Amino acid sequence: MLSLGSGCLVLALGVALYGIAASLYGARGRAGAGSRAWVDSGRRAVYATAGVVLVAFGVLEAAFLRSDFALSVVADHSSTTTPTFYRATAVWSSQEGSLLLWVVLLGLWSSLMLFLTRRRAREVAPYATAVLLGFAVFFLSLLVFLENPFDRAQTVVAEGAGLNPLLRHPSMMIHPPMLYSGYTLFAVPFAFAVGALITRRLDAEWIRLTRPFTLAAWFFLGCGILLGARWSYTELGWGGYWAWDPVENASLMPWLIGTAFLHSVMIQEKRGMLKIWNVSLVLATGVLAILGTFLVRSGILNSIHAFGASTLGVPFLILIGAMIAGSVALVLSRASDLRSDARLDSLLSREAVFLLNNLVLVGLCFVIFWGTFFPLISEAVTGNEASVGPPWFDRYIVPLSLILVLLSGIGPVVAWRRATAANLRRNLARPGAVGVLALVVLLLAGVSGSVGALLMFALAAFVFAAVGQELWRGVRARRAMSSDSVPRALVSLVQRNRRRYGGYLVHVGVAVLFAGVAASSAFQDARDVQLQVGQSAKVGGYDLTYVRPTSKLEAASNGRLEKIDLGAVMRVSRGGKQVGTLRTERSFFPSADPTLGPVSRFFEGEATSEVGLRAGLRRDVWSAISPSVRDLRKQVAEGDRVFNGAKALPPVQRDIALAEALSGLTRSYTVNPPAATFRLIVSPLVSWIWIGALIVFAGGLIALWPPLRRAPRPVAARYAARVARELGRA
Amino acid sequence: MARTETCGHNGGVDPARKRKLRFVIALSCALLLASALIYTSFSASSEARTPSQLAAAAKPGRVYELTGKVQPGSISSRGTTHRFRVRDREGHVSIPVSYTGALPDPFRDGREIVVDVRKRGATFVGERDTLVTKCPSKFTAEKKT
Amino acid sequence: MDVLLVLVVLAVVVFVVSRPLRGGHAEAVEASESAQRAGLEAAKEAKYAEIRDAELDHRMGKLSEEDWRAQDRTLRAEAMEVLRRLDELGPED
Repeated sequence: MLSLGSGCLVLALGVALYGIAASLYGARGRAGAGSRAWVDSGRRAVYATAGVVLVAFGVLEAAFLRSDFALSVVADHSSTTTPTFYRATAVWSSQEGSLLLWVVLLGLWSSLMLFLTRRRAREVAPYATAVLLGFAVFFLSLLVFLENPFDRAQTVVAEGAGLNPLLRHPSMMIHPPMLYSGYTLFAVPFAFAVGALITRRLDAEWIRLTRPFTLAAWFFLGCGILLGARWSYTELGWGGYWAWDPVENASLMPWLIGTAFLHSVMIQEKRGMLKIWNVSLVLATGVLAILGTFLVRSGILNSIHAFGASTLGVPFLILIGAMIAGSVALVLSRASDLRSDARLDSLLSREAVFLLNNLVLVGLCFVIFWGTFFPLISEAVTGNEASVGPPWFDRYIVPLSLILVLLSGIGPVVAWRRATAANLRRNLARPGAVGVLALVVLLLAGVSGSVGALLMFALAAFVFAAVGQELWRGVRARRAMSSDSVPRALVSLVQRNRRRYGGYLVHVGVAVLFAGVAASSAFQDARDVQLQVGQSAKVGGYDLTYVRPTSKLEAASNGRLEKIDLGAVMRVSRGGKQVGTLRTERSFFPSADPTLGPVSRFFEGEATSEVGLRAGLRRDVWSAISPSVRDLRKQVAEGDRVFNGAKALPPVQRDIALAEALSGLTRSYTVNPPAATFRLIVSPLVSWIWIGALIVFAGGLIALWPPLRRAPRPVAARYAARVARELGRA
Repeated sequence: MARTETCGHNGGVDPARKRKLRFVIALSCALLLASALIYTSFSASSEARTPSQLAAAAKPGRVYELTGKVQPGSISSRGTTHRFRVRDREGHVSIPVSYTGALPDPFRDGREIVVDVRKRGATFVGERDTLVTKCPSKFTAEKKT
Repeated sequence: MDVLLVLVVLAVVVFVVSRPLRGGHAEAVEASESAQRAGLEAAKEAKYAEIRDAELDHRMGKLSEEDWRAQDRTLRAEAMEVLRRLDELGPED
């Protein structure tokens, strides 16, 4: 079975290489009438590559599900005690498995795109095919020559190393496929842009055809980023959701540029403007997506995600260098074909706002890029490796984000081409007043200490008011034309202008999200305290009391002991009244080191936090515990001793003795608990970050949804007739 | 697609010159911001150092980014303050570090960490919330054997 | 056993990929002219959308009467140009 996997990878590599050759040969038209056939064959090579790679993936999945430790990758990342769901998803917790997943997804989306456009984009598609297969060849070469998932283990172990307990969470398992879907989906517009540049077919066709994939990429990448942030907040023991870690930044950068691209292409479709911007943005998105994959997989930057230094750094750098050089060369050589069809009429127009939006998003991306790569930049410039921390990022991200939210409120209110200045002033007056009012109310309520946060709240209010006004006016205009009831008018308004109103909803979601981020960063109260049973700590207006300790032994599916949980129950009170309870614990997983004693083994392996979280609409109360394991050293040593005495016994009785030793430990922890260290955080408005993100995605879905097949007949016919009539008169 | 020629809104100004002016202003703003960014990044950054480098020469009061491995057996805690020694990835020189705050989940003997420290007397005091422990990578360990 | 399976997969792949070359099932050819037509049709739809958008903007008070009439005139002229070019392509076959 395993040779089938390896064989499939080699086969896929061969087919992909053939596909590139066939597509390019057919595209050049040298084969005369047969060129079409070569192009079609190239397209089928994409389907074949996808299929073969899928077979290889299936073989790998089967090996994981079967716990086939003949494969070293299975032995290193899974075990017989790992639950089935995590065994299936452990495939992509490994370097090799994740590269294979990347190719599977690339094959899937490429096949879908080329199938949907098999009768269109005749000139562009072959080159796009070659680019997509080029990516496939790169990743397959890595898989075949450097990181083969089907490498056999030198010695077959009886039990695998198991999945890192930190990864044992559903979000953590969905997060990589989401991110990779985002990256690979961005490869499609990238490939078509390259094809369009090569063939000089630079009207909006390639944009139109690839739009569903661009939107889907934006959506999945955004989901992936969000899942990572939420996992960090609810599962890790530090209580934050974003650390400006290089790997986090690696996924945010392509998303920001992708957002700029999605906005900017609307201008090209409407007015034939910003062509150079658009090809540059989409090429940059593709490069950043590969760069993101590179950052995560090469270990080149210090990061909490560092998967270890690997041999993949150099090949990726070569690919990225080639992509950048190729993109720049293409854009420069096609500059004359990328001239705008029209010019910016006025700064008071939606086009101008979109242009500013491009600039702000690119600015944000540049700040993040600079900060992320600063260790390498400073080493190149000064010879010393230096890094910048979150405070430096915040200094630039905060003002740029404020401008972004401001623009997202102004954009919906301004008209295309040229807005009447007086009208614009009038239309912005009410939302502006709401924003100022919000600021005044907050100041009067005593909210102070952070200018940035206050401004963000005011701007969020401004955005709500602006979008609300738009909806209200739109409904009124609709009702004037059709005499629908208000709900019906609203529904049909949105249905007829899905992109516009879906987009407005996204802006509302972004404003909510930023408001949540501002509140939870600026007004958070975090405390690291040591508490004895019965002691309390005051955090953010709450009293958190360590009520009693908890301890538990957890067995895995095969009866073996999986982990020891030591934790606490805490009482949350406010103003003397109890408002809730928190349960938090630390799970201790055993190390595989055979030199350690059977009990001390548990405290030398991995430990994960079970966060005690009381989430609310107004604030979150968050707690994590670090039991003092050092104070248990005596009991642990005792347990080891007791167990060593039982070594000579048969296995069943040995297990019983181990269970007794451990139960003794947990009992003693409950009866005589040492003081424990707690991290306690009270954060306002955190839940609105997740709610805001959901609103963004709902808005994205509305905008994504394919439009009603036919514009309403009467309206279209009326315009067409009028234009045709005037045409006859002219 | 028809080319639209529009007159400037305020009468006499040549639209082409207006556009050029806008472009120059925008470019200047961008360059200004970029320079501010680049300048502050060099001044606000903390240099990466290994334990042996810090043991040899460290200016008191200046923040450095320390990278190294936690020396096995060196961790001791009192309340929320932890003391441990950090040594070079490959080597034996180690320096004492004191860190106040919650330790990250993966933190333990032998793990690779990154922390911002400031020399105070004979110890290096860690800056709050800057301790990062790298997730251990099983396959690199495998490759070494 | 495995080698046999790989050979089977290889055979399927060769069959699928070579089908167009063996003279089967070429996709219906879309002449470059109809690609041009598709582009102009899309431009026409985009223009109509712009005309409708401008009217909606006017109704919602973002454009003054004067500004709207000017834009509407321009947009309709552009739409007429597109229709003229579509007609130049000849009747749809």
